[in-house]
Amino acid sequence: MNIAIEKQDGSPDADLKCVFERPQALSDKPFHYCPGCSHGTYHRLIAEMIDEFGLLDKTVGICPVGCAVFAYEYFETDMIEASHGRAPAVATGVKRSLPDRFVFTYQGDGDLAAIGMGEIIHAAARGERITVFFVNNGIFGMTGGQMAPTTLIGQKTTTSVDGRDPRTTGQPIRVCELLSSIEGVAYLARVPLTSPKNINTCRKYMRKAIRAQLEDVGLGLVEVLSPCPVQWGMKPGDALHHIDESVVKAFPPGEIVDRVSATAK
Amino acid sequence: MPATKQLTKGNEALAMGAVAGGCDCFFGYPITPQNEVPEVLSYEMPKRGRVFVQAESEVASINMVYGAAAAGKRAMTSSSSPGISLMMEGVSYIACAELPCLIVNVMRGGPGLGSITPSQGDYFQACKGGGHGDYHCIVLAPWNVQEMYEFPALGFELADRYRCPAMILADGVLGAMMEPATIRDDDAPPDVPEKPWATSGRNGRNHKNIVNSLVIEPYGLRDHNLKLQAKYAKMQCETRWDTRHTDDAEILLVAYGIAARLALSACKLARKQGVNAGLLRPITLYPFPSDAIVECAAGKKRVLVVELSSGQMVEDVRLAINGKVPVDFYGEMGGVIPSPADICRKIMEAVQ
Ligand SMILES: Cc1ncc(C[n+]2csc(CCOP(=O)(O)OP(=O)(O)O)c2C)c(N)n1
Ligand code: SF4
Ligand SMILES: [Mg+2]
Repeated sequence: MNIAIEKQDGSPDADLKCVFERPQALSDKPFHYCPGCSHGTYHRLIAEMIDEFGLLDKTVGICPVGCAVFAYEYFETDMIEASHGRAPAVATGVKRSLPDRFVFTYQGDGDLAAIGMGEIIHAAARGERITVFFVNNGIFGMTGGQMAPTTLIGQKTTTSVDGRDPRTTGQPIRVCELLSSIEGVAYLARVPLTSPKNINTCRKYMRKAIRAQLEDVGLGLVEVLSPCPVQWGMKPGDALHHIDESVVKAFPPGEIVDRVSATAK
Repeated sequence: MPATKQLTKGNEALAMGAVAGGCDCFFGYPITPQNEVPEVLSYEMPKRGRVFVQAESEVASINMVYGAAAAGKRAMTSSSSPGISLMMEGVSYIACAELPCLIVNVMRGGPGLGSITPSQGDYFQACKGGGHGDYHCIVLAPWNVQEMYEFPALGFELADRYRCPAMILADGVLGAMMEPATIRDDDAPPDVPEKPWATSGRNGRNHKNIVNSLVIEPYGLRDHNLKLQAKYAKMQCETRWDTRHTDDAEILLVAYGIAARLALSACKLARKQGVNAGLLRPITLYPFPSDAIVECAAGKKRVLVVELSSGQMVEDVRLAINGKVPVDFYGEMGGVIPSPADICRKIMEAVQ
């Protein structure tokens, strides 16, 4: 999309050029997310990647049930709304039917690590050629801030009002580490979406997770550590600090599995 | 069409019928008494370049079906009662998102883990929705191995026509029994309608497609429901049934599936004892042949409904007949199969 830059009199201004645009794969619908939420950021990054790889015409995206339930409104690709947690099974149905399409799921931590844990593990075990964009905000955002499997020890939520107690609710599940023992997985990485630098790292990881599918290596997943200022009861800036200070200790960033670089074409 | 008559097991006939009916993708999880369906398809599908996936659960199976159907393919799953219960959320999504697909339930005894013996205890679940919300599946009830072979194609055809899930409601006897059936020798693909709504990648299309069952705005969801209801009203023309010896009958038996086979034998026994009994067999359980039953029951002394359940379809028969003719019920549960002589005794009791 090219935005013509005009002078005040309406004639084209040759001295100015557009340096930042909305990706073609992103619709012009305004995001419904809360201020300071990273769902919109991750959507944009995915759309950038679809543009970069030239996949607009061959992509089928699967949305979760969670705050990103309306993700089908925001992408210009074909989209399917899955039931809560089942996106990897839906993606399997699409990808097996149409192996030359690019198929991605977009999933929250309740969606992927609670109700949908079975589906993601078995999609990984089968080595489904799908790409998973996983948003870990440590909470059930959509339903009002209840405890998720990824909630930090001591974190207060609406179903752990005194803070998460490991004796009765266990420890946070580290999805990437859990999946890393599965050989069908081609790529796993985790990154906090907290700074321009980290966002650039995220882009790098996303490229590999996409290549894992396009180059027929296996399942690729990028987990972003994302703020939910509203349900955490924090200001947006404080929420980002909280990720960089505390969340990364429970969820260490980095590449956990990379079978893509080795097979680089 | 080249075809041969072969001694065939019901579940195997169903699997080959799915192949002949143009099934592109099968997703399933093993459960008795339908295991031959995934077993046969695990080699017959890949042989033809089609998709077979053994899923990790029935929840996954139905969601894989959802994905493949959304991608525009003829997709199916097969299971038995407890597995079908697990699929119900997915079936509701498929109905709301208006995707065509085929679901097979080879019923077994319930509730709970129940038994692996035949039953017809899932009629309510199949015909009255089963999952949440106001929706229906088209429900087909075969009564012999030939229909086990033919109904997958019919199910796909109706599902495509109405963009809704179709279900084949069979039972453990039909799955396990062997009978001669005419099986096609060729693999000629059936005519499948265009699916311009499919989320198969835009591929040059100037707009995106969305497959969705979320309609957050109340009037929007009301309107979507009205659209679904209008579709169910239109579907009523697909009602199918069969009658045997009904013209001169004083008592009308109504039964489907394997119970109809037994009921027909019972009618013959009753006739030998001087009681003219006839049978109406619903072939579609949804839409239900209410009008045909009313017409057929008119002037008869009694109606006797026979089911392998506590009495589920009998409710629809009573609703249809609306008190005009007395309706009796005979059912067995838990995998107990009544003999034609048992049913004949009920006929005699009813007409006395
Ligand atoms: C079967 C089912 N169970 C529960 C829900 C309610 N529900 C909707 S979203 C959600 C949790 C979402 O949390 P997460 O996946 O972390 O997404 P977030 O909103 O945090 O982005 C739940 C429990 C549902 N829609 N369906
Ligand atoms: S509730 Fe949390 S995850 Fe949901 S939109 Fe708001 S900030 Fe984002
Ligand atoms: Mg969450």
